[in-house]
Amino acid sequence: MALSMPAIMKTTAARLSALYLLLFAICAVLLVFYMTSLSARMLTGQTQETINDEVLGLARIYQRGGLPLLVRVVEQRSRQPGANLYLIADANGQILTGNVQSLEPGVLVAEGWTTEPFSYRRFGEGELERQRNPIADPNEPSQSEVQVEGEKGHNAIALVLRLPNQMIMLVGRDLGEPERFRAVIRRALTLALGMMALGGILIWFFVGRAALKRIDSVSQASRRILGGDLSGRLPVTGAGDEFDRLSENLNSMLARIATLNEGLKQVSDNIAHDLKTPLTRLRNRAEATLSGKHNSADYRQALEATIAESDHLIKTFNAILMISRLEAGYSSEITSRVDLAASVRDVVELYEPVAEEAGVTLETSVQDGFAVEGNRELIGQALSNIVDNAIKYSTDSTAEPTVRVALDRVGGEIRLSVTDNGQGIPDDADRARATERFVRLEKSRSQPGSGLGLSLAKAIMTFHKGRLDLLPANPGLSVVMSFPEREDR
Amino acid sequence: MPATQSSSEIAYNGPMKILVIEDDREAADYLQKAFTEAGHTAHVAGDGETGFALADSGDYDVMVVDRMLPRRDGLSVIAGLRSRGKTTPVLILSALGEVDDRVTGLRAGGDDYLTKPYAFSELLARVEVLNRRASAREAETVYRVGDLELDRLSHSVRRAAREITLQPREFRLLEYLMRHAGQVVTRTMLLENVWDYHFDPQTNVIDVHVSRLRGKIEKGFDKPILHTVRGAGYMLKSG
Repeated sequence: MALSMPAIMKTTAARLSALYLLLFAICAVLLVFYMTSLSARMLTGQTQETINDEVLGLARIYQRGGLPLLVRVVEQRSRQPGANLYLIADANGQILTGNVQSLEPGVLVAEGWTTEPFSYRRFGEGELERQRNPIADPNEPSQSEVQVEGEKGHNAIALVLRLPNQMIMLVGRDLGEPERFRAVIRRALTLALGMMALGGILIWFFVGRAALKRIDSVSQASRRILGGDLSGRLPVTGAGDEFDRLSENLNSMLARIATLNEGLKQVSDNIAHDLKTPLTRLRNRAEATLSGKHNSADYRQALEATIAESDHLIKTFNAILMISRLEAGYSSEITSRVDLAASVRDVVELYEPVAEEAGVTLETSVQDGFAVEGNRELIGQALSNIVDNAIKYSTDSTAEPTVRVALDRVGGEIRLSVTDNGQGIPDDADRARATERFVRLEKSRSQPGSGLGLSLAKAIMTFHKGRLDLLPANPGLSVVMSFPEREDR
Repeated sequence: MPATQSSSEIAYNGPMKILVIEDDREAADYLQKAFTEAGHTAHVAGDGETGFALADSGDYDVMVVDRMLPRRDGLSVIAGLRSRGKTTPVLILSALGEVDDRVTGLRAGGDDYLTKPYAFSELLARVEVLNRRASAREAETVYRVGDLELDRLSHSVRRAAREITLQPREFRLLEYLMRHAGQVVTRTMLLENVWDYHFDPQTNVIDVHVSRLRGKIEKGFDKPILHTVRGAGYMLKSG
């Protein structure tokens, strides 16, 4: 049993129901003990009260008629069916009258309540028993058996008093009643407990099996999906229970994975396009140059074009690698405190002549004192890509082309925005797509570039735990780099 | 109009003895041939241990070390040489070109870092600039090239005794070009040394800065002094 646990014990449901059963059993047993002891205490209290009343009554009788009347009354009451125990003895403990034939020795020594239930025997015991409770227990042993068993006697509690003439009076009550009551409760509770244990085992078995079946169907489905069928989904029964919720969540996770997978496929298609097209051009040019007669100037030109083309390829390739490196996460070793205002000034200064040549006014509105935890190189690269774009796209402005670089704090964020007044990207969906890899909106196809500038900037912002947002600037586009404010540690 | 020179006419500050530690035979042979054509002497070691032994015993002006080498890693070779007091300038060649890779490379004792694939003109320009004989200029306070004079202390520039006013960045640009006068300086070298950025800008921003500077130091003077070296970069040279 310990070596090979039954399969059902290996299910969570079975283990849980076993645990519940155990806890329940402990509680039930505690309850039984509490109930029986409580009821016993209550019955004992009641008994004592009855005896007290009896004793008070007898005391009054003694006062009125002295010992002879008391003895008479005791004898009379002793004969009543279901009577209390009465006993009057002399100073030496010799029984004079009452309905008690014999007593456990020592009971009469101390005055007051007997501390423990004691055993005794009554006169004409069997008869009395039957008279008192003739139909309560039909299985009760017959008279002769009681006579034999009677040797053991009954338990009772009693109040022992000394009368003024040193005689001893005992008034007691049999404990048979509370003990039977206690036994009944114990039996009932034990029975109930047994039934519940049986129920628990049944529930354990069926619930465990049902859970096992549901889980098995889920693992079967996931094995199918693992096997390559990504369109497969986990079964949902429609019961709306935990299993359904779990399956639904896993299904939406699968849907997300499928979307990502789709995206990845698209990216690799794009890579294929953006790398293969220039590679083909490269190859064609070399081939064309080799065939036919050319002078050395032609060869030189072809080779120079080849080098320029491969440089462009290398740039694209480096950008792709860098984005994936950034997305995979860098070591924090390369970060330090970066003064954003200085970065803005550096990049603006770097682009100033280019802007001027393109006829674009480059404005800055920079507040000092914004430092973020990051990498100066990467931030500079992101900003330079964004400024580069802004200068390119502001030239189609209807007004005087202007690019504005601003740095300030909004809420808990440090925002570095680059806003142009060109045509912008009016379509919301296009704007959202602009930071995806290799996405070059129709308008931009005429402009040189790999289509990776904004994707790289976005990856850099993600690395800095920030965001890159493209917002309409009416006219134009505002590209916002939001950095979380640095917490001073 | 600025004069344009083809790369075969690149002037250099005398022949150098170069050690190339590179395990790819074809790349190593190509480098050896190209360095020889440029007028230098190049020795090749195919693995880290041989490279270390050669570098330790020989007296090289510059070393070109591949980062990933058989038998002994490139960075460990450099660190080993540095711990033995060898100060030979080292250019690290590596396929790993990310920010942290460059940082660890330079921390190990490298003086420059170039990512594969590279243009030989870029490598040559960097190697020539690394040449320790060229670094003697670091200590000079006044640079002179032909009739152009730059005073590093007073931040003043003169050409033919005529004062030229430059923006701070233009001054640093000219300072770098003059320190390496007679040597080819590439665009990325300028971006790295004058702006302290190591990325490739999408637009050739450096060209515009150089042409601005050129306007200031050549306009009104009869002889060009800041030359464009096609396919490589720029060179400041008189005559």
